[in-house]
Amino acid sequence: MDHTFTRPFARSIQNVFSMMMQLPVTIGTPRFEEHEDDRFDVSGSIGMSGDIAGSVTLALSSSTACRLVALLSGEASEPDSPEFSDAVGELVNMVCGHAKGMFVGQRISISCPSVIVGRGHTVVRSGKAPCVVIPCACDCGDLIIKVALQTRRAAAPLPLAASPA
Amino acid sequence: MRILLVDDSKTMRNIQKSVLAQLGYTAVQEACDGQDALAKAPGFRPDLLLVDWNMPRMDGLAFVKAFRLVNRTAPIIMVTTESERSRVIEAIKAGVNNYVIKPFTPDLLSQRISETLSRFQAVAAA
Repeated sequence: MDHTFTRPFARSIQNVFSMMMQLPVTIGTPRFEEHEDDRFDVSGSIGMSGDIAGSVTLALSSSTACRLVALLSGEASEPDSPEFSDAVGELVNMVCGHAKGMFVGQRISISCPSVIVGRGHTVVRSGKAPCVVIPCACDCGDLIIKVALQTRRAAAPLPLAASPA
Repeated sequence: MRILLVDDSKTMRNIQKSVLAQLGYTAVQEACDGQDALAKAPGFRPDLLLVDWNMPRMDGLAFVKAFRLVNRTAPIIMVTTESERSRVIEAIKAGVNNYVIKPFTPDLLSQRISETLSRFQAVAAA
């Protein structure tokens, strides 16, 4: 598997969780998504456009999301509250925005995040980009990053920026 | 010290407010995008602004350019995920005085705020 697209997001989630929540993240072995019928309680997606285009989704259970939101915002909030969606959206925004900076020399724009909260929903992506699932684990629970990206123009191999300390 | 926080995420504004409170700054006004900030700035007369880049309606760069037409002195710190060198230069050319890349530690944000204010207070005293 070519990890060109997955490695920045794996590094990014580790950096974001570490800096913003002092929370270490263990990255599992990425795999190609075979079916889109996996079910989640909370998901946050961001579209990417430019030299690299597609979508990236953070998907997790309600209990994991509640713990993460409480840790990030410093207070517990109900999953049906605007504060909860806002916090999940900001997490996705930071993970994608930070990863974007690691695609050196590529012009990439990211959309505002969209968050779905609803028990057992599926995340169906548009486009034909293959989707790679990155399993992640932390003390708040397990979550996955779904990376469905493709290069939009012929480009040299993507060098990765040095990971921040 | 009056500080205007401009970010579409309430979570991020709360995180920044918490850091500011630890520094002893509690006179904080919040705005959810550039347009909201432009509407609130004249009445609030901020001494420091923390501004996100990617926001709906009016983004941070457009806000900074518009704000600088009427206020050339209040220091602005851009707090954003935009980390590319070209973006940082673009922001500085527009009138941003310091830059914090998300994600950040509370210590880093605190340090940037303190150094920005120190620099401006030194200039004002000269």
